[in-house]
Amino acid sequence: MPFNFVFFVVLAVSLGIFFWSCYRRFRLVLLGKAENRSNDAGRRIMGMLYHAFGQRCAVSHGYNFGLNHVMLFWSFIILLIANTEFLLHGIFPDYISLSLLPDGPYFALAFIFDAASLLALLAVFIAIIRRLAFPSPYIEARNPDAFAILILIALLMIAFFGLHAGEIAQGSERAAQYMPISGLIASAFFANVQSGSLAGYIEAFWWVHAIVLLVFLNYLPYSKHMHILTGIPNVFFRSLTKVNTQPREEFKKGNTFGAGQIDQFTWKDLFDTYSCTKCGRCSDMCPATFTGKTLDPRLVINDMKVNLLKNGPLIYQKKPPVLPLIGERVEGSNHDDVLWACTTCGACMEVCPVLIEHVPKIVDMRRNLVEMISRFPGEVVPFFENMEQRSNPWGIIPAERTKWTAEADVKPFEAGKTEYLFYVGCFGAFDARNRRVSIANTRILNASGISWGYLGKDEMCCGESLRRMGNEFVFDRMARENVKMFKEKGIKKVITQCPHCYNVLKNDYRQYGAELEVIHYTELINDLIKAGKLKLAGIKDHGKIVFHDSCYMGRYNGIYEAPRKAIVSATGQVPAEMERSHEKSFCCGAGGGRMWMEENMGKRINIARIEQALKKDPKTICVCCPYCMTMFEDGLKDMKAEDKVQVLDVAEVVSDVLK
Amino acid sequence: MLVVTCVKQVPDTTQVRVDPVTGTLIREGVPFIINPFDTHALEESLRLKEKYGFRVAVVSMGPPNAEITLKKALALGADEVVLLSDRAFGGADTLATSLVLAEAVRKLGQNEEVAMVICGRQTIDGDTAQVGPGIATRLGYSQLTLVDLVENVDVKTKKIRVRRRLEGRHEIVEAPLPAMVAVLREINRPRYPTVPKRLQAEEATVPLWNNKTMGLKEETIGLKGSATQVRKIFSPQRARGEIIGDGINKPDEAAGILINRLVEKGILCL
Ligand code: SF4
Ligand code: SF4
Repeated sequence: MPFNFVFFVVLAVSLGIFFWSCYRRFRLVLLGKAENRSNDAGRRIMGMLYHAFGQRCAVSHGYNFGLNHVMLFWSFIILLIANTEFLLHGIFPDYISLSLLPDGPYFALAFIFDAASLLALLAVFIAIIRRLAFPSPYIEARNPDAFAILILIALLMIAFFGLHAGEIAQGSERAAQYMPISGLIASAFFANVQSGSLAGYIEAFWWVHAIVLLVFLNYLPYSKHMHILTGIPNVFFRSLTKVNTQPREEFKKGNTFGAGQIDQFTWKDLFDTYSCTKCGRCSDMCPATFTGKTLDPRLVINDMKVNLLKNGPLIYQKKPPVLPLIGERVEGSNHDDVLWACTTCGACMEVCPVLIEHVPKIVDMRRNLVEMISRFPGEVVPFFENMEQRSNPWGIIPAERTKWTAEADVKPFEAGKTEYLFYVGCFGAFDARNRRVSIANTRILNASGISWGYLGKDEMCCGESLRRMGNEFVFDRMARENVKMFKEKGIKKVITQCPHCYNVLKNDYRQYGAELEVIHYTELINDLIKAGKLKLAGIKDHGKIVFHDSCYMGRYNGIYEAPRKAIVSATGQVPAEMERSHEKSFCCGAGGGRMWMEENMGKRINIARIEQALKKDPKTICVCCPYCMTMFEDGLKDMKAEDKVQVLDVAEVVSDVLK
Repeated sequence: MLVVTCVKQVPDTTQVRVDPVTGTLIREGVPFIINPFDTHALEESLRLKEKYGFRVAVVSMGPPNAEITLKKALALGADEVVLLSDRAFGGADTLATSLVLAEAVRKLGQNEEVAMVICGRQTIDGDTAQVGPGIATRLGYSQLTLVDLVENVDVKTKKIRVRRRLEGRHEIVEAPLPAMVAVLREINRPRYPTVPKRLQAEEATVPLWNNKTMGLKEETIGLKGSATQVRKIFSPQRARGEIIGDGINKPDEAAGILINRLVEKGILCL
């Protein structure tokens, strides 16, 4: 038969519906704001190979069933070729067929397809067992959608084997000996079937295969398995740098700020929502979800998607949206307390297999709440006012910024003379406990003999919390002022005590034209020791030490080893690791402006983290961030454990053993 | 009907120091802020606007840069602002200040009936709490001070009912409109302006009334019209107390020592 008209019609109709569905979905993405995500294509492609085809997230992070996904993914890619041939062959049986290839390649492909089908079937089987027999981290894994897709894939594979086994039994398959599985099935089931009815079986399996394939295709755009279509492109369009900053806003009259309606996100934000596989890894990692807050990063993404599907078509027709993006407790809307619960710790983004960027979306919605409708937890107002009026979170008079130096040997930064600026930060300058860390740092700096100075009462807050809380307007003003001052004073190298200052100075201020060399003191300590400039007088025993990673040092800026090495140098001891450390570290609960908000939903995050630390039975918990210091000290006091365990900053541990 | 809110731009007094030699305030480099009590007065006006549909006018007497404070009021939702600024107003005490403010209220009332004047309880620089009552007396308004709740405003019968917080008790007072209401900080939690409104307010021009507009007699305003004469400014010397604890560790222990000391000194009786 040169041309199968019936199948041609079936295929044309179902492809038509498929493309129509895709068009309807993807057109909604274009509602989003413009954003360039295709620069540097080479790097994007390399990353795509690594993340998508290498299935990085599936195999790393210790997911037991990750390999199963790799198996399914790769058999799928292979069978994509087989199925394309299947469909074309269906229309032009005489002209398009793999069997027209010479023996060598044909036999090879036949073997590969046969084996890949078995692997796929096996993977589906494992996936079903896993969903039924193992406790799943989240409820969605067991929803009908997941099973529907698994069953469709299984049916597809069964039809594949049925079809080929039939052909082998019929003797019409010249690659028979290279198709062990199909061959086995042929001898098991079709050995005694007469050739007349064999043709009927073959025909039937062929149609089952064709129909299931087309149903599968048409089901995709409506299921979580949409990620099969969008996942790989989403990795291609990923952010090329770490997602550790927020885009700037332009404060012009007539602009809107933040995202209060689904079309106020960028197109990539919207595309992200289509790519979510609902794997739930982000939820597993999220400290807010873990401690019983209403925030669940997976649901944030899902709610955005539902909102887009509902409101997108209306927005196209210039009608008002019916489902608010923010404020309701229904699917498709993110309640305010969901958005305020985020510590911006970045754990969700670290584990997402399709590299969805959760934090910028959450901050974008916060921006809308703060900047457009002025709706946020009441305790935040004084914080905002204090930042704006006195450039520190507590509203302490700026003249007190230098009070801590009464016990320290400090020197002012002199333009043109001093090499390093020591940027103390608000906690280091005002907070009683963290002032001791500042003093420790000055002792280290002095002992090393490097040229350093500080700004005294001229130092201003970097504005970090404002930015993460969505008060971009005030952040913008503070950033401009700071960058201007840095330029005027000729400041090029900055040592920060706080990882949050570090991130702002290094990553956020870059958007304002600041090219600073920013160094966290833990890095500096190591460099100084290595260069022989900082000599330690031995080691000091602090009992068993467990180290807690700061999110903004670790995940945000990739600094994991510097603080650990410093601890080793000063104590001769390798710090113990909590179950969740390094990339998977668990936030102390203070990031994202949470430091300035009440935490009255669920369990307190700092308590949860301290419990994790106490499992290691430490004498000392070591931190390298003033927020972490405060959260741990407060939490230990709440738990009445402050007599058993002490919290020390890395700087204190080092300054204890200075020569 | 109109609600007139009086606000004052004050030096951030926690940052003001007295020059030990000249005995005057060192104002240099001290930032100006909106008098914290007045932010609550403004907030209350805006709430009354939302509830009863009043229009809110904000007036401030001060130097030209007090414009910033009035722009902030616009950003928060005031309908109209007026800056009362003239060299002749300078150096005024509460007597002369209340005269100018009362005249401004009267002028605003020429086009629209005034329901209330709302003031903060006091300013943080003068701390007299006399300007609000001064305005009320001059205009013959009901005088409601120390208000921590506006219970009801009846626009038809022109009555207002408020709760006043006195020492150890509350007092519910009903009074005829127009009234002067001086509010406590506890009355509300001020709002935070949205960015579009801030941008709009930044571009707004603030109407300025000088004494030509006001037409007040020179000898009744400013330093000349003031009954207060400043002889000397100084910070009282206080002996430094004993510091107990370090403010972070072992609060229980510190509290114990503190109680013992207070008992020893006879300040506390157990
Ligand atoms: S950034 Fe942290 S707190 Fe926020 S959603 Fe992600 S994991 Fe949760
Ligand atoms: S956002 Fe990413 S990590 Fe979270 S469920 Fe979706 S795909 Fe998984």
